[in-house]
Amino acid sequence: MLVDSPPEPRAETAPAPPTRRAIRALGLLGSVVILVLVALASIAIGAKELPLDQVWHGLFHDTGTYGDVVVGERLSRTVLGLLAGAALGLSGAVLQALTRNPLADPGLLGINAGASAAVVTAITFFGVTTLNGYVWFAFFGAAAVGALVWFLGGSRGATPVRLVLAGTAVSAALYGYLQAVMITDDAALGKMRFWTVGSLASASDSTILQVLPFLAVGTLLALGLARPLNAVAMGDDTARALGANLTRTRGLAMLAATVLCGAATAACGPIAFVGLMVPHVVRSVTGPDLRWILPYATVLSPVLLLGADVFGRVVARPSELQVGIVTAIIGGPVFILLVRRRRTAQL
Amino acid sequence: MRNTRTLRTPGGLSLRTDVRAFVVVVALLLAASAASVVLIGTGDFPISFGDVLKTLAGNGTAGQDFIVNELRLPRVLVGLLVGASLGLGGALFQAVSRNPLGSPDVLGLSQGATSGALVVIVLMSGSAAQVTIGALAGGLLTGLAIYLLAWKQGVHGYRLVLVGIGVSAIVTAVNGYLLTKADLVDATRAVVWMTGSLNGRDWSQVWPLLALCAVLVPLVLANARGLRMMEMGDDVSYALGVRVERVRMLLLVSAVLLTAAATAAAGPVTFVALTAPQLARRLTRSPGPNLLPSLCMGAALLVTADWASQRAFGADQLPVGVVTGVLGGVYLLWLLVTERKAGRI
Repeated sequence: MLVDSPPEPRAETAPAPPTRRAIRALGLLGSVVILVLVALASIAIGAKELPLDQVWHGLFHDTGTYGDVVVGERLSRTVLGLLAGAALGLSGAVLQALTRNPLADPGLLGINAGASAAVVTAITFFGVTTLNGYVWFAFFGAAAVGALVWFLGGSRGATPVRLVLAGTAVSAALYGYLQAVMITDDAALGKMRFWTVGSLASASDSTILQVLPFLAVGTLLALGLARPLNAVAMGDDTARALGANLTRTRGLAMLAATVLCGAATAACGPIAFVGLMVPHVVRSVTGPDLRWILPYATVLSPVLLLGADVFGRVVARPSELQVGIVTAIIGGPVFILLVRRRRTAQL
Repeated sequence: MRNTRTLRTPGGLSLRTDVRAFVVVVALLLAASAASVVLIGTGDFPISFGDVLKTLAGNGTAGQDFIVNELRLPRVLVGLLVGASLGLGGALFQAVSRNPLGSPDVLGLSQGATSGALVVIVLMSGSAAQVTIGALAGGLLTGLAIYLLAWKQGVHGYRLVLVGIGVSAIVTAVNGYLLTKADLVDATRAVVWMTGSLNGRDWSQVWPLLALCAVLVPLVLANARGLRMMEMGDDVSYALGVRVERVRMLLLVSAVLLTAAATAAAGPVTFVALTAPQLARRLTRSPGPNLLPSLCMGAALLVTADWASQRAFGADQLPVGVVTGVLGGVYLLWLLVTERKAGRI
């Protein structure tokens, strides 16, 4: 169950009163505005600051000035951040609903590690160098580890603690494997030590175009699942009584989460905790209705990811802190806070 | 309890002993010693089993004496001590968290020690001795942070595990950052350290570890009784006269010290702390924390893994941590098959 939401008995049975709906819609609109502002900041802030009029110039009247080139570079990074952030947040929200587990996150459940291990295997042993080649490995790794963790955690009888433990143990094994590969291959180490922390710095237009179809399919699938997942959240028996097809919903939700997380990981390396934090924040605003949680998470997760990216660029000038490191350093304490809250920890 | 016998003296003293556990401990000690002798004989200059024993007794040739006593014996002793510390530390953590996956690898202690070492390697380009101190400090600080963050009118097993995972994520991110800051030479050194290796260990690493074990192992074993009571739950153990929080803190501090010292000596050798207690429990078939069998199992495992890594990949090619990492993977699969059916994970 979505335990951290305030009790809202009428939200599932009756349509929300119009004022409430209006507030939620207004909030979503406000979130979009915040997202646009953060995206602009992500283009403007960096090793060289650009004033907003130059950003405007670069975006809409590109004449090839120095500022315009910088805007172009930062634009692809920002777009990748938008896409990856939305994908990670959405897959986290779907996983939390699917497993009825407030601590579910693609990073914590080992799905990121699975995708990383598969990609590193592809790079080192199969000589795959293009993103288009190893994105399939990432999907396979994410799906295989997702299934393994679900199974290890006790499948139907899974509790949050069991799932997180299973995910962490599997991640530890996979990171051991990653290290073994990096030790035996210096060239691989040189390349992968940057990739395995999770970064947006290597973004290019071709990366974005390659992952875009996968992300689009995953996003549409996930958003379309809001209603059946609402039923699943009420427990298996009630969901069945309400006419939901549990097997199909679970399968499709797992597929959506895997595609989103696998594609995001293939493009920017493993980034943890975005999928954990954002749905919790969102739920405290929207209540337990996934028809609102999923769109909110889609809009607000990129705010977190881009914000973390900008922060990473500002704190460590002139070099930068990779975004995966920033999200883990923010996300770890949030996770601990969630664990310390009595209702979550006792689950 | 068909395996327990009670020894009684005429004076009215009695001692309960678990025969099977006793046999297992003796067998594991023999196995660890045999593996050590074989490991000493293995290398670029092979020495036969009998010659190793003769040299250890002080009757070898000068050349054999140098190779055995100066080069290879310290390495094997470090291996035995590290394995024993990790086995015991893992058994303590698993007993306190009441979860077969609650080992120092998963809780972030090894990663914390790694952070300390990486800070020394990357930011200070420190010597091997300084790296050891850094690792020790990192492990202790991480242990302290986990304990304080998990504290809420006492430390509950699950909260300890989950807080540990959170801390582990933060520390791992810090490690990743330090690794990207390093130039390639330092990065290679750091990654080798992070895998766990026994290469080039000498007597200066043996003595501190031995002293620590000599103090902590008796202390821990003396408190094992309380730990066994605590498996029935905090309330019951209070009622039976165990000072739960005190015993738990004492044991956790010991476990953190053991793990941090082991990591400082050999790097974060993964999965020994996770697997040794479980394998020991399977052998003794005893439900208790199995501290002494876990300790012996850890020592035997690590030395055997080191021997395997040298035999399989040639001397000093692949560090022992890679072999234990593979072992860990096998263990997880095995856990998947057996524990899940019983719903005990």
